[in-house]
Amino acid sequence: MAVTVDELQQIAIDDEVSGVGGGENLVPIAGQLIAIGDHSPEPSRTGIWVALAAITMTFAAFTSALIVSQGSGPKWQHISLPPILYLNTLVLIASSFTLEFARSRVAIFARGQNAQHSVPMAWLCATLLLGFLFVAGQYAAWLRLKASGLYLATNLSSSFFYVLTAVHALHVLGGLAALAMVIKRFTEPVLTLRKSTLDSTSYYWHFMGILWLYLLLVLWMKL
Amino acid sequence: MAEATASAQHHAPPQSFIRKYVFSVDHKVIGKQYFALALVAVFVGMVLSWLMRVHLVWPGFAIPGLHFLSKVGAAGNVMTPEYYLSLMTMHGTLMVFFVLTNAPFAAFGNYFLPIQIGAEDMAFPRFNMMSFWTTFVAFCVLVAAFFVKDGPPISGWTAYAPLSAVGSDAGPGLGLGQTLWGLSIAIFCLASLLGSLNFIATTLDLRVKGMTLSRMPLCTWAWFITSCIALLAFAVLLPACILLVLDRTAGTSFFIPSGLVVNDNLQPHSGGSPLLWQHLFWFFGHPEVYIAILPAMGIVSHVLINSMRRPLLSHKVVIACMMTIGFLSYMVWGHHMFVSGMNPFSALVFSFPTLVITIPATIMTLIWLGSLYGSKLRINTASLYALGFISMFVSGGVSGFFLAQPSIDIYLHATYFVVGHFHMVMGVAALFGVFAGTYFWFPKMTGRMMNESLGKLHFLLTFIGTYCIFMPFHYLGMAGNVRRYSTFVADYLQPLMPVHRFITIAALVTGAAQFIFLFNLIYSRFKGAPAGDNPWEATSLEWSTSSPPPFDNFGGKHPIVYHDPYQYGVEGSKGDYIMQTSPEPEEAK
Repeated sequence: MAVTVDELQQIAIDDEVSGVGGGENLVPIAGQLIAIGDHSPEPSRTGIWVALAAITMTFAAFTSALIVSQGSGPKWQHISLPPILYLNTLVLIASSFTLEFARSRVAIFARGQNAQHSVPMAWLCATLLLGFLFVAGQYAAWLRLKASGLYLATNLSSSFFYVLTAVHALHVLGGLAALAMVIKRFTEPVLTLRKSTLDSTSYYWHFMGILWLYLLLVLWMKL
Repeated sequence: MAEATASAQHHAPPQSFIRKYVFSVDHKVIGKQYFALALVAVFVGMVLSWLMRVHLVWPGFAIPGLHFLSKVGAAGNVMTPEYYLSLMTMHGTLMVFFVLTNAPFAAFGNYFLPIQIGAEDMAFPRFNMMSFWTTFVAFCVLVAAFFVKDGPPISGWTAYAPLSAVGSDAGPGLGLGQTLWGLSIAIFCLASLLGSLNFIATTLDLRVKGMTLSRMPLCTWAWFITSCIALLAFAVLLPACILLVLDRTAGTSFFIPSGLVVNDNLQPHSGGSPLLWQHLFWFFGHPEVYIAILPAMGIVSHVLINSMRRPLLSHKVVIACMMTIGFLSYMVWGHHMFVSGMNPFSALVFSFPTLVITIPATIMTLIWLGSLYGSKLRINTASLYALGFISMFVSGGVSGFFLAQPSIDIYLHATYFVVGHFHMVMGVAALFGVFAGTYFWFPKMTGRMMNESLGKLHFLLTFIGTYCIFMPFHYLGMAGNVRRYSTFVADYLQPLMPVHRFITIAALVTGAAQFIFLFNLIYSRFKGAPAGDNPWEATSLEWSTSSPPPFDNFGGKHPIVYHDPYQYGVEGSKGDYIMQTSPEPEEAK
């Protein structure tokens, strides 16, 4: 950071102006000046990555349980996945794209380059709809398994299928709630939607898609 | 950007009683709530240990009123062997989750982490409120196990499957009681995940001007590292509890093998692995030990430096040691499973990092001792407890060297040696850290000093008492005394009874001494001498605001940090120290 010594002291003097927010400036220490990185993200930007780390860890634990269970005995009966899951996968992937479209349109709208409120709105609603479609599709998959006599407690393979898909679906519902909040903020007459909220929501949403692809692979594969 | 950050945590002071003291978003109130919950839990847990100790040495003694707790488990006021195990489970669960996790980490961390980095509140105040109340729900669900028909589970705080998974066929308390246990811990995991997320985001994003990472006090560092450990550890215990509860309620077989016969009943499960529970549980369980002890290490460093009036030999090495401990804590879980039927080679693999983890712990101990050497230590209750922590940590830690070797552990496993080891190094040491923190920060939290004479008496009785209780445990273990027995009627255990009687008497006296602490807390809260803003002549940010701090911590101002956290032993305008917020230049050393 190319800042001269004089500038630094200026920043340090008018301390009352910029509020709290991680050392985004430079402070004298013992006659010398040390630089502090100009990096102070909003809490939700950090928080979302921390939350994703915890979710990753949870599913890693589930996966390790699955692998241990597959290897622990000869009785493992692998269930074949209902084909509707592949359709659901496409729906979830599509929803990531619609969310990205929405995000770029929101940015354009927020910069005032395009006054049309309805365009980003439509993409956001499309994402929400696709998300609900995915959850409904997962529910259809459960009904399908149930019809073929595979219940939660039938065998370990079906148990893991239901648990992993249900925990994932719960996380997706959480993402849908966040999306609904984003849409609500976006409809208000004075735009209260923060960029960080939209960004965190979309990171979470894309992560749900990636997580689903991973789960599909793990559930499909017999080790 | 700066405005957005500030608005994320700005909130007006609440007016109504409920928003102010009950469903408060103020991190200071939430910290106190955690402290109060831990206080309730620790006294309940302590009374349970009294009941167990009395039953161990006087098995026929009728404890007045015990039948109110359970009509079946304690008919005629004498507990059954199964009810002994129920009480043991509740003692362990309450102490580990609701005391050792809540008090040093959630309570003090909530109260002081934001102040020490100059923030007005946590990054997500509402999440913070939610994490406390979720913890409270977990506590209620756990305590409810006392009041269900069969009482609390008998499977211990580790809830080993298949005992914990098969249901009431296996014994009392394994019906609804065990399900409540599983639910309670799952809820607790959610609360801890929310709390850890908050701690991490707060530390990374809300530091004030000049508060670089290396200028954070050691306890802030400890809470930060602990929250990283807790985030990953509780994220693993949560799915484990979900699977356990499903095994119990939905008929799945994650942890129950095929063809299991319990009390002549063939269990309708197939294909699961009981060892899987142990792996998942201890993958959380070992880091949990460090979730309890790291905050205590941070608090003790913070208190000791203040009393020694000099910084530690190396600030950065201590931080590096804590990080190393946090990292290694994930690679050692198998050392709890040496006798679970593990491949001997895996035992070696887990033994090695277990011994390696003693290196950073030893370095930290040597840094404390080296810094103490030749210092003019100010003796007060807080510093005495800090010294007591080091003593307990060393005494309890040394027995860890033995248990880390698979060949020795096979002999000592599930004996009182192990019980003595973890009570000293995890239980008592962490509690000494909590005591040090309480005596040190009480003036800041209430504006009044705690009574020093009562404090020193409390320290003396607790310090001697805990050694009298837990040191003989090691001897008992080496003599082959197994744990989890409710009476010792076997011939070879009879000669050990005098030691057990000694321990029980010590436990009763030491426990009674804790009421001095309770009295001191309540008495000093109302009648203690006024403390002033900085009674210990300390340097970190919490001492630059009023006692107790105002709602937004610094009265609408944002402090600026000019110095490293521990500028003691230097010529300052106020004495031998320079506060972090003081703009005066540091004296050339």
